[in-house]
Amino acid sequence: MSTDRSVLLDAAHVTMRFGGLTAVDDVSLQIHHGEIVGLIGPNGAGKTTFFNCLTGLYKPTSGAVTLNGEPLPPQPRLVVKAGVARTFQNIRLFHDMTALENVMVGTYCRTKTNAIDAIFRLPRHRQEEKVSTELCKGWLDFVGLADKANTLARNLPYGDQRRLEIARALATKPSLLLLDEPTAGMNPNETRQAEDLIFRIRDLGLAILVIEHDMRFIFSLCDRVLCLVQGAVLIDGTGDEVQHDPRVIEAYLGSPAEDGPPGMAEAAEVPNA
Amino acid sequence: MNENLLRPVAIAGAGLGIASIFLPWAYGPRILDDMTYYFGPSFLQVCYALLAVVALACLVAHFFLDRMSWFARVIAWNDAAKAASLGAVGYAIAVIIAIAVGGGGLINVEPGGWLALGGGALAAVSWFLPASKAPIFERLRCPKWVQILAIAAVMAVLLFAAAFALNQSEADGFLVFAVFLGAAIFTFHATGFFGWLSLAAANNRKVLVISAFTVAFAFPFTQNGSDANMSVAAQVLTFAATAIGLNIVVGLVGLLDLGYIAFLGAGAFTAAVMSKSVFATLSVDLPFPVVALISGTVAALFGLLIGTPTLRVSGDYLAIVTLAFGEIFRITMINLDGTDGPNITHGSNGVPSIPNLDFFGFDFGQSHEIFGIQIGRFSNYYWLLLLVIGLIILVFANLNHSRIGRGWVAIREDEMAAESMGVNTFGLKLLAFAGGAFLAGVAGSVKAYTDTSVSPDQYVFLESAFLLAAVVLGGMGTIMGVLIGATLLKLLPEKLRYFEDYRLLLFGALMVVMMRFRPEGIIADERRQLEFHDTDEELAEEVEEDLTTHHAHLNADKELP
Repeated sequence: MSTDRSVLLDAAHVTMRFGGLTAVDDVSLQIHHGEIVGLIGPNGAGKTTFFNCLTGLYKPTSGAVTLNGEPLPPQPRLVVKAGVARTFQNIRLFHDMTALENVMVGTYCRTKTNAIDAIFRLPRHRQEEKVSTELCKGWLDFVGLADKANTLARNLPYGDQRRLEIARALATKPSLLLLDEPTAGMNPNETRQAEDLIFRIRDLGLAILVIEHDMRFIFSLCDRVLCLVQGAVLIDGTGDEVQHDPRVIEAYLGSPAEDGPPGMAEAAEVPNA
Repeated sequence: MNENLLRPVAIAGAGLGIASIFLPWAYGPRILDDMTYYFGPSFLQVCYALLAVVALACLVAHFFLDRMSWFARVIAWNDAAKAASLGAVGYAIAVIIAIAVGGGGLINVEPGGWLALGGGALAAVSWFLPASKAPIFERLRCPKWVQILAIAAVMAVLLFAAAFALNQSEADGFLVFAVFLGAAIFTFHATGFFGWLSLAAANNRKVLVISAFTVAFAFPFTQNGSDANMSVAAQVLTFAATAIGLNIVVGLVGLLDLGYIAFLGAGAFTAAVMSKSVFATLSVDLPFPVVALISGTVAALFGLLIGTPTLRVSGDYLAIVTLAFGEIFRITMINLDGTDGPNITHGSNGVPSIPNLDFFGFDFGQSHEIFGIQIGRFSNYYWLLLLVIGLIILVFANLNHSRIGRGWVAIREDEMAAESMGVNTFGLKLLAFAGGAFLAGVAGSVKAYTDTSVSPDQYVFLESAFLLAAVVLGGMGTIMGVLIGATLLKLLPEKLRYFEDYRLLLFGALMVVMMRFRPEGIIADERRQLEFHDTDEELAEEVEEDLTTHHAHLNADKELP
């Protein structure tokens, strides 16, 4: 779909082994600027492990990841600085900090105030503090939490916590955003809002890689979908191609003819999406 | 029981209690502060009367609630009465025990003492009165000058209480006064006053800081040149300064450091061996600020040395490594005695007879007279320590409210998430470790001169444990809390030498009680308090509305006739 655009992230033949277990097996993926790519697969397919290879949390056993042609730095915080931000499958906010403070942690890697500046309240501290506060209030507004800036993260409702995590990731000024199950535990209404939010983020010019189990969500959102099964790529194609591929249905639900009625209902739901 | 019966009984009890202070409580004049006079209550008797008066006022107020309109809701009258009367009973019991122990038997308690106990006990039947509705005291909006005045008044009371408590040379008087303070705080807490005060303090941070330092600065003037008390005060300040440094590491970054006292020791030893003492091995002639900076730097180097390899581990492992480091430091200082190693510290003798500081001809060892009040040697060091602790607080507060402080708290909350958001976790942890060590080192350099001697046995593990206890007891991540915690932990052992054998047992019990009932410490971290402020705004507006409608009614009433 967006293949005419330049490549942002290029993961080539990424393999990740833990002892004898091959969690990610020779996965290649290219993400282009301004593209939304979906990553699906049954539980244990290696989606999150692959994610961690892209964020520097794991170093792939073999294969290489490049961002804008540069190899990915070896530490998570350097990867963030290079322009890849992420959210977590199980929300990992800083619970005893306010929403605004949470987002401001995201600006850490883009600011330079050192201890001396901060202790003596030198101009650089004041300047950067002002700019980042404005910026982060802007991000809170962007995700719809402007009025919750001074609420502690732990006191936010679940859906708001998810959105706060996205705002925090956006504050790191990424060019690629990795979302790990952004709608897990959300009701249909919240899911729709999340969808809208992700489109708006795309419109800012960011590329997005999203792991999700909600097929309706994935197929309405993504330009391309990559399906992993047991660590290996099953199929990489447009939403249409993927959802009509019998192997995908089989991977999720087993062979429909043999499984009989219990799986059929859900199998039917996938094409309907 | 019937409220109509309970209240008069309680009121009568409070009245009897007040009357009791006009009778003698104790037989001998040597007991406590001479409670032998008719119609001449001693200070400790007046303290009792204060509690009884508050109980009486709150009990009687019930009959005027209708006429008080909105003011009726401001204070939790019944709760305050309960707290005050219980406090009075507790206080009377404490006094009677003190009289019995001090005089040798209950026979020394005069009728007044028993009347105080009985009156208090009668007043305490108010415990069975119904609970008050939640008071709206803390939601009251007051003009700024009222808030500032209240802060100043509280500070003045603090100064007076601290001076009085320190002047109690005997454990019994100190304990009885401590019971009174506890009862008074309990009572004020029941009225809802502290909620209001903490909001007022939050709104007038500068006033709070200035008045706190003014009070601290004025403290030596209340001591009439008593160097014994000022020595205790100087120790408290040293301890508090070190605890605030530790608070960066423990409270903000969440690293458990069990060997922190070693950094204080590193600073103290550095300053000592560089001093002009005849036992100093590296004696150099440098102005003190330079020495303090060098001491801090040496401590910070120790921090880097221990931090670089160990900050990659966390939690229990770090605790074990720092614990070991504390011991290694102490034993190394003992071994640098010329036989087991180079002679730097004179081993377990340490470096004694460090001469006093001399700033541009101002000799810290001399007494001075200011406004006709003797200011002794320890007062000079007290003021120097006040300056040091002010700097440490400045560093702590400014770092806390900056990019770096946010990074630290993020590490405490979730280190992996912080790293994944681009926070340089290792660098920040190292900065906290070395920075905390630097502050402790600076405090140590002043301690060396204050104590005039430095020896390894002052820097044992127990001291690290007490520092940590001060941080946890006071409230991790706060300044005020740690100041209170450090003061309690240093002052109580000084004043309660009587109980020295049970010191550790009592502290252990205190910690268990604290962890059970108030795990966040005496003062909670402002980040944890924030949630209340959101709602306070709305409630304050609501109350304001109430008040304006009430005034409108009043005006309408006036106009009617």
